[in-house]
Amino acid sequence: MPRTSNRLTQSAAFLVLLLSAAFPARAADDVEVAVAIRDHRFEPAELRVPANRKVKLLVENHDATAEEFESHELNREKIVPAKGKVAIYIGPLASGRYPFYGEYHDKTARGVVVAE
Amino acid sequence: MFASALIVFRETLEAALILGILAAATRGVAGRGRWLGSGVALGFLGALVVAGLTDRIAGLADGLGHEMFNAAVLAIAVGMLAWHNIWMARHGREMACDARQLGRAVSSGTLSMTALTIAVALAVLREGAETVLFMQGLLSDGGGSGSLVAGGGMGLAAGAAVGLALYAGMLRIPAAWFFTATSGLILLLAATMASQMARQLMQADVLPSLAAPLWDLHTVLPTDSAIGILLHSLVGYEASPAGIQVLFYVTAAALILAGMLRVNVRAPVRSPDYR
Repeated sequence: MPRTSNRLTQSAAFLVLLLSAAFPARAADDVEVAVAIRDHRFEPAELRVPANRKVKLLVENHDATAEEFESHELNREKIVPAKGKVAIYIGPLASGRYPFYGEYHDKTARGVVVAE
Repeated sequence: MFASALIVFRETLEAALILGILAAATRGVAGRGRWLGSGVALGFLGALVVAGLTDRIAGLADGLGHEMFNAAVLAIAVGMLAWHNIWMARHGREMACDARQLGRAVSSGTLSMTALTIAVALAVLREGAETVLFMQGLLSDGGGSGSLVAGGGMGLAAGAAVGLALYAGMLRIPAAWFFTATSGLILLLAATMASQMARQLMQADVLPSLAAPLWDLHTVLPTDSAIGILLHSLVGYEASPAGIQVLFYVTAAALILAGMLRVNVRAPVRSPDYR
C-alpha cells in the first residue's frame, strides 16, 4: 500500500512542521505559580493567578508516592511522580474559581485556582 | 477499598472499551484472539516499563515530558486505527459477504491486524501505567493495603466487564449494520485520541488552545458523571473542550472518513491483490 504509507509520511511531515512552527511561539514571560504536594495535600491549597493570562503551574511532589493532578474545570490531567516536579500550562482563564484535586488521594488533596 | 476500586475502574474502562470495540470489529477473523491478546500483554509489559520510568519521562522537556510522550503514543494509535479502518473499508465487506474469502483476506490482512495489536497495546500501556503508579502508591502507603489491592482487582474486573458487555452488545447488531457500526465506532475512537493528543500538546504549551473552553456543558452533562465518563471513553465527550481539541477531532474524523470512502470507491469488490 504505497499510497497509504505515502500519505502517512506526508501527514507526519506536516505534523513535525506544525510542531516546530509552534515551538518558538512560547512566551518567555510566562506567569509561573508554584504549588507543592505534602502528605497528600496541596500547599497552598488556593492559587491566585491573573485572569486572561497563560500560567505555568509548577507542581512539586514531596511525597513518596505518585499523584495525579486533575481538574475538569481546568481541563487538565497529569501524573506528578513521587519526589518529582512537573510543569502544567493552564489558561488563559476567565475570572473565577477552578477546583483541582489529586486523583490518587482525593479525600485530602484538594485545591482551587482563583483567576482574577 | 471502594475508592481504589473506582479509580482503577476509571483507568481500566477506556482500554476495556477500546478492546471491546476492536474485538467485535474483528469478529470471525482467524487468530484474532492471539492478535488482541498479544496487544494486551505487550501493553501491560509496556505499562510496567513506563511506570518504572515515570520520573525520567516527567523530567524530560522541562517538566513536560509526559505530554510529549502521551502525544506521541496517541499519534501512533490514531495512525494505527486509521490504517485498520481504511483497510477494512476495502476488504471488510467482502469478508462479511463471503465467509470462504476469509482465510485469504486474513492472510493478506496481517498488516492490518498488526496495526490493531499496536493500537490495543498503546491503549493498555497508557491507562495501565497510571494504574500501576496508583497501586504502587497504595502499597507503599501501607495500612490495609490488602483490601486496597482487592479493591483494585474489583475495579479491574468491573472495567473488563463493561468492555465485555459492549462487545456482547455489538455482536447483536444486525449483520447489515454491523460493518458500518464497528468502523464508525473505531473512527470516533481515533478522533477521540486525536483530541486527547491536542489536549496534551496544549497542556505543554506546544499548541494554542484557540478557544478554551469552546463551549461549557458542565451544568448539563458533567464529564465526571457516569454517562459523561462512558461517552468520554467511547466518543470523546468533554463538557468543556478547547477549540484545538474540537479541531483535531473533526479533522481526524474527516480525514479517516475520506480515506475510507476513497478506497471503497476505487477498489474492485474482490481484488485479490490489495497491495
